[in-house]
Amino acid sequence: MDAYIEQAGLGRILTKVRKEERLSMDDGRTLFNHPNILALGYLANIVRERKNGNQAFFIYNQHINYSNICTNLCKFCAFGKEKGHDLAYEMSVEEVKAKVRQRLDEPIDEIHMVGGIHPDLPFSYYLDLLRGIKEVRPDVHIQAFTCVEIHHLAQLVGKSVERTLQEMVDAGLGSLPGGGAEVFSPRIRQLTCEKKLPGAGWLEVAKTAHRLGLRTNATMLYGHIETIDERLEHVDALRRAQDETGGFLAFIPLAFHPKNTAMAEHSNTTGINDLKNIAVSRLMLDNFPHIKAYWVMIGPKLAQVALSFGADDMDGTVKEEVITHMAGAETEQALGHKTLIRLIKEAGRQPVQRDTLYSVLATF
Amino acid sequence: MQSIIARIEAGERITGPEFLRLERAADLHQLGFLANAVRERLHPDPVVTYVIDRNINYTDICISACKFCAFFKAPEDAGGQVLSKDELAQKIAETQALGGTQILLQGGLHPNKPLEFYEDMLRFIKATGIHIHGFSPPEVVHFSQLSGLPVKEVLQRLIAAGLDSIPGGGAEILSDRVRREMAPKKCGADQWIEVMEIAHGLGLRTTATMMFGHIETVEERLEHLQRIRDLQDRTGGFTAFIPWPFQPDHTPIAAVRKIEKTSAVGYLRMLALSRIFLDNVRNIQASWVTQGPKIAQLSLFFGANDFGSTMIEENVVAAAGVRFRLSEEEIRRLVADAGFKPQQRLMNYTPVP
Repeated sequence: MDAYIEQAGLGRILTKVRKEERLSMDDGRTLFNHPNILALGYLANIVRERKNGNQAFFIYNQHINYSNICTNLCKFCAFGKEKGHDLAYEMSVEEVKAKVRQRLDEPIDEIHMVGGIHPDLPFSYYLDLLRGIKEVRPDVHIQAFTCVEIHHLAQLVGKSVERTLQEMVDAGLGSLPGGGAEVFSPRIRQLTCEKKLPGAGWLEVAKTAHRLGLRTNATMLYGHIETIDERLEHVDALRRAQDETGGFLAFIPLAFHPKNTAMAEHSNTTGINDLKNIAVSRLMLDNFPHIKAYWVMIGPKLAQVALSFGADDMDGTVKEEVITHMAGAETEQALGHKTLIRLIKEAGRQPVQRDTLYSVLATF
Repeated sequence: MQSIIARIEAGERITGPEFLRLERAADLHQLGFLANAVRERLHPDPVVTYVIDRNINYTDICISACKFCAFFKAPEDAGGQVLSKDELAQKIAETQALGGTQILLQGGLHPNKPLEFYEDMLRFIKATGIHIHGFSPPEVVHFSQLSGLPVKEVLQRLIAAGLDSIPGGGAEILSDRVRREMAPKKCGADQWIEVMEIAHGLGLRTTATMMFGHIETVEERLEHLQRIRDLQDRTGGFTAFIPWPFQPDHTPIAAVRKIEKTSAVGYLRMLALSRIFLDNVRNIQASWVTQGPKIAQLSLFFGANDFGSTMIEENVVAAAGVRFRLSEEEIRRLVADAGFKPQQRLMNYTPVP
């Protein structure tokens, strides 16, 4: 099918991809502006199969959002609420432990836990959360707290990020999720989330975590006011950071969901845009092992198709997803284990149940 | 495989065995590229069409009791309805107010309404000037059996009363084994083809559908496509082919037998294979009603050149638990975002200025 790529005017990029040469920002622009999504998918699939063969990963995990109280109040977010707001909530350590206890009979390998930037919960609360979860479920891997939350906690406790992270690791933290990256561009942050930790700060926390031996993910929130160049600069910044540390596991493009946000005038992302972000990021991020098609954001149907357009991971069974659903996501709250396996098989891939660090737990 | 691919790229027809080979061996990218090449050959201009219309189901009372249907009410059940003229008039007025050009008029196989009832309904609707795309082959066969008149005469009387074209529904899978199990009281595969052939002979244009992803085999899907292609060779009367996957929720068959819903990849593969095999059917419709906006948009790269209808009202798929809704504006946005020019059309695919 290489002839179709030549016909589409992407022969030069195809050659680079086959030779494993790094794509330039210009190549990235060419790809993002290209009208033929089949050609982008074909190119991305070359990289995807080189890195991950025919495997498609998923994890059995539990999501816990300990609080939605947040001082950042980003315009693209329908989850964060000011303290005192009718819908504001925070869970006690006991409540979080109860949530974990409720599902002890399930083979959960990872607890994924994030919250907002809470104005006054003390650092000890977060350490207690980690210890509490480990007490109830000692073997579980805790992937928790975005770089934005970590930075906030370091400031709160008046210690370095490194020291703060170390204390959290000692209390049970296993890795960091990729949230809070949004789009690194100062222009975008100014317009949508001016109180949030800037992009450079986000990257610094991630790299510090990597140096401590923690693996982390990275995200990008697309489909609002960002330009193609801003997406590419974001991806390039991640690529350079990964060259330095090698600590990123997965890149997860996140589709903006406008409903109930301060940017509700925007439309939902289209399927073509979703696939384009997956395919182009797979091609640009040559040093990231994994690209995740997060089905909660783009729907199980498109996530399944994405397994041929650059993605190698469908995330997990995810229960009680709150953040995207508050922004009007119409996807189911949980996909059963069996459904995920079936979707992956029907996509012609081999289902692989993984742990957080991508060790193979089972194949189907 | 290489020779099959070369044949398709050269614009040649593929055989049944070649279809089966592709179905087994081609990956999603290959099927996409090939279907897209066929589509571009038939539609060199980057235009994607759609029609503004509404499904009107004049009754949900049905003696057919198909096992895949979550919409019908048996005659002995309470709660079945026949729409009144006031209801019909209101639905048509709403459709016209939204720029609608046609209605898709279909209903259950009602046990005892005479042919005059349908003629009267057509005349009543025709007074509004709207195009009537109505009565799928199982309904026509049913009218013929109830009235004792041959299919041709039934169709002539319906045309005289205002029928403009026939929808391709009720085809399901045109294989008698499948029909015996899933819809034993519905018209057989030969009868479905016969009604369409007679309709085409009388100058009616029709569409053809395929509901796949239940109990049929790949060979039976091929049998279906082969019958459509053969008839099209004889008459040229089909304007479009519309494949869509069975939606199992709340259907009688799903209660007794586990049938997994066709996945998006399964849908896109079948769509592309249909585009490749049906070289003589000009238009292929995407099924956003079953697939949602994201996959429907992507299907424009897997052989579809038409976004179907705005379906101001849709009841049958909704009864099976699938409720996607799209406005004309949203359809135009999705089409433009995929790089095509959106164009409203009529049933016969002429553009609406």
